Amino acid sequence: MIVIVVFMVVLAAFAGWWLSRQGLMAKPWLETGVAGEATGAPPSPRPIEKIGLGAFLAVAGSLFALLVSAYSMRMGLPDWRSLPMPTVLWFSTGLLILSSIALQATVIAARRDELDGIRSGLLAAGVTSLAFLAGQLLAWRELAAAGYFSAGNPAAAFFYLVTAIHGLHMLGGLAVLYRTATRAFDLSAASAPQALGRLRLSVELCATYWHFLLFVWLVLFSLLMRWTDDLIEICRGLLS
Amino acid sequence: MADVTHGTLPPLSASETDDVELYHPHSWITRYVFSQDAKIIAIQYSLTALAIGLVALVLSWLMRMQLAFPGLISFIDADHYYQLITMHGMIMVIYLLTALFLGGFGNYLIPLMLGARDMVFPYVNMLSFWIYFLAVLVLVVGFFVPGGPTGAGWTLYPPQAILANTPGQQWGIIVMLVSLMLFIIGFTMGGLNYVVTVLQGRCRGMTLMRMPLTIWGIFTATIMALLAFPALFVGAVMMLLDRLIGTSFFMPAIVAMGEQLAYKGGSPILFQHLFWFFGHPEVYIVALPAFGIVSDLISTHARKNIFGYRMMVWALVAIGALSFVVWAHHMYVSGMHPSFGFFFATTTLIIAIPTAIKVYNWVLTLWRGDIHFTPPMLFALGFIVTFVNGGLTGLFLGNVVVDVPLSDTMFVVAHFHMVMGVAPILVIFGAIYHWYPKITGRMLNDAMAKLHFWVTFLGAYLIFFPMHYIGLMGVPRRYHEMGEMAFVPPSTVTLNAFITIVALIVGAAQLVFVFNLAWSLRKGRPAGGNPWRATTLEWQTPQTPPAHGNWGQSLPVVYRWAYDYSVPGAAQDFLPQNQPPDPQPA
Repeated sequence: MIVIVVFMVVLAAFAGWWLSRQGLMAKPWLETGVAGEATGAPPSPRPIEKIGLGAFLAVAGSLFALLVSAYSMRMGLPDWRSLPMPTVLWFSTGLLILSSIALQATVIAARRDELDGIRSGLLAAGVTSLAFLAGQLLAWRELAAAGYFSAGNPAAAFFYLVTAIHGLHMLGGLAVLYRTATRAFDLSAASAPQALGRLRLSVELCATYWHFLLFVWLVLFSLLMRWTDDLIEICRGLLS
Repeated sequence: MADVTHGTLPPLSASETDDVELYHPHSWITRYVFSQDAKIIAIQYSLTALAIGLVALVLSWLMRMQLAFPGLISFIDADHYYQLITMHGMIMVIYLLTALFLGGFGNYLIPLMLGARDMVFPYVNMLSFWIYFLAVLVLVVGFFVPGGPTGAGWTLYPPQAILANTPGQQWGIIVMLVSLMLFIIGFTMGGLNYVVTVLQGRCRGMTLMRMPLTIWGIFTATIMALLAFPALFVGAVMMLLDRLIGTSFFMPAIVAMGEQLAYKGGSPILFQHLFWFFGHPEVYIVALPAFGIVSDLISTHARKNIFGYRMMVWALVAIGALSFVVWAHHMYVSGMHPSFGFFFATTTLIIAIPTAIKVYNWVLTLWRGDIHFTPPMLFALGFIVTFVNGGLTGLFLGNVVVDVPLSDTMFVVAHFHMVMGVAPILVIFGAIYHWYPKITGRMLNDAMAKLHFWVTFLGAYLIFFPMHYIGLMGVPRRYHEMGEMAFVPPSTVTLNAFITIVALIVGAAQLVFVFNLAWSLRKGRPAGGNPWRATTLEWQTPQTPPAHGNWGQSLPVVYRWAYDYSVPGAAQDFLPQNQPPDPQPA
């Protein structure tokens, strides 16, 4: 459980930093008037959608941190047998990185109001993401064909579980990406600036989400590849 | 009052404040059924939670009947008894308390107390309720599937939760896990709304440190729930896979009924860690909104500003943070390393510090206050006493050496019913008596309210006080029948019968409350806009009940904190948060 505790400590540190800027030392009983600006930061100027996504990512992050926690706890038991990782995972990792880069390029295009750039960027991100999911499916089939899909193999069960949950998060993201893309193709250069602004916001949200998914996947990948064994061993040492 | 007055501005017109785009319903269905108005959603949440809570109340009656008069109700055998305790616990903790505090009070109070027109994502908010409703339906379906609901206990510990011979192993456990997953998804949608609304939806002048403590409590609890529920979700998914496709996340190699099962290599302790990583914060997810609400009730009904507002806020946040590092105190008897037990006992006892600060502050708020024994105040006082009681036995159980012998006895049952059953429920009642006039425009009947309070409060003590002694005698929990046990003296049998009779009476007294809710809707005394002469914004709405959009033409502007009661020289003894300060002489 050390992983989730570390995750919570990081969140708590962020929350503490944020709260420290909110005038927690104020003495509200002494202050009257529209004192908002004087005693505490007013609500952030960011759009509510970004704050909402940030909060959602904290929740999803907690979900993945718990999965990683459970995984590393189980790895610590003496009867753990690792799986040989299918090579195709390297390709899907590359595809996911490309997808994230494509969305970052889309954000840059959106900030310049280049509709063509937005459209091609969204398309590229969608295609690479679908290819990533296909790669994951191939990895699943490869492992199943090699006979690892069995009840008594916790390593296989964990592999399927973490990749499935990550993939489901990506599917949810793809649904939003699809809606953003249809809007991008409906708009024209002559569209109202508000519509373009909303499209830009959607693109930025998608990019943030994809970077998050990439980060989570890199963590999961390094765990599955057993690069983090030493780190986990150190963490375990801290506890005992 | 010593004013440090910052530039006082004239009220802003609506055009100058950042307004939310409101969704306007066009039909009866979108107005009252698939409503996106947080106030309607709040009522939907509350009624659903209260309805399923009544089911859980009846289940507890049946349990008590079995404990006091074994065999009197013939259909309660061991299996049914386990199903009763499981469903009673699960419904009360999750589907009633969590849903009512966050979904019910959160939805109603957050926008109104913060001067917002609605939640920031109304559509998601609507989905949140309907997924919760679906979760409740799925839960209820569990009663009717072959084999009945699961009887694994509300903690659903594997391996027994999914082994044959545990009641409900066939369908009940599946239905329960699916229902929990739905609940978590629905709650996450609502929770994101509450958090972002508190962060971004506040009206002008409403700094964080001017928010009423109710909002602080709900806000902190929501953040905790958002981070803790994923642990239950992960546990539920993994257990569902163990049950459905035979993975071995939690299932060790096991011989059942003389047969070696296909499972091997799972870790039941892993589930306990995941479950309690959710389960302990859950206690505070229920308690923190209660803390917040009770602070406001006491301050309003004692006409006194809350003592130590800042300390109250810090304590809420500190309790929220600490509650994430105490989960293993539920697992002292799971065979953990003794130094773990020491660590978790220490963190557990540290929580007593911020909690005690809160209790002192409530008492000091009452000190020399102008206490009105209105129903909300009675319930708030009842809460303080009960919470202190339950908290003190918590100090016993937080220590490993005391917990080990008391573990799995009725003492534990008495402890957690006091601290997270009776105490929060008293706050819920108090809060309903307090805000019902705003929600419906009419007062609840006072005589019925006081009858309801005294029977519930005294009854709860008659039920749970003796239960501690039964536990100290060594009577184990989760036994459907004691049979002949040498160490159990006959007096405990009498005591059990007494507890059951009181439980029946207290349960029946809740019908007075339900009747009062219905009766006062039409016959109650008209309340007016602000019957309690309260300062917070929800009492300052132009209409009562508040209309769609809450605030008419322009949003309120906040000039002061929420606790200006008994202000010397004020026209009415209190100053609403949106009352501008007197112009200062130049």
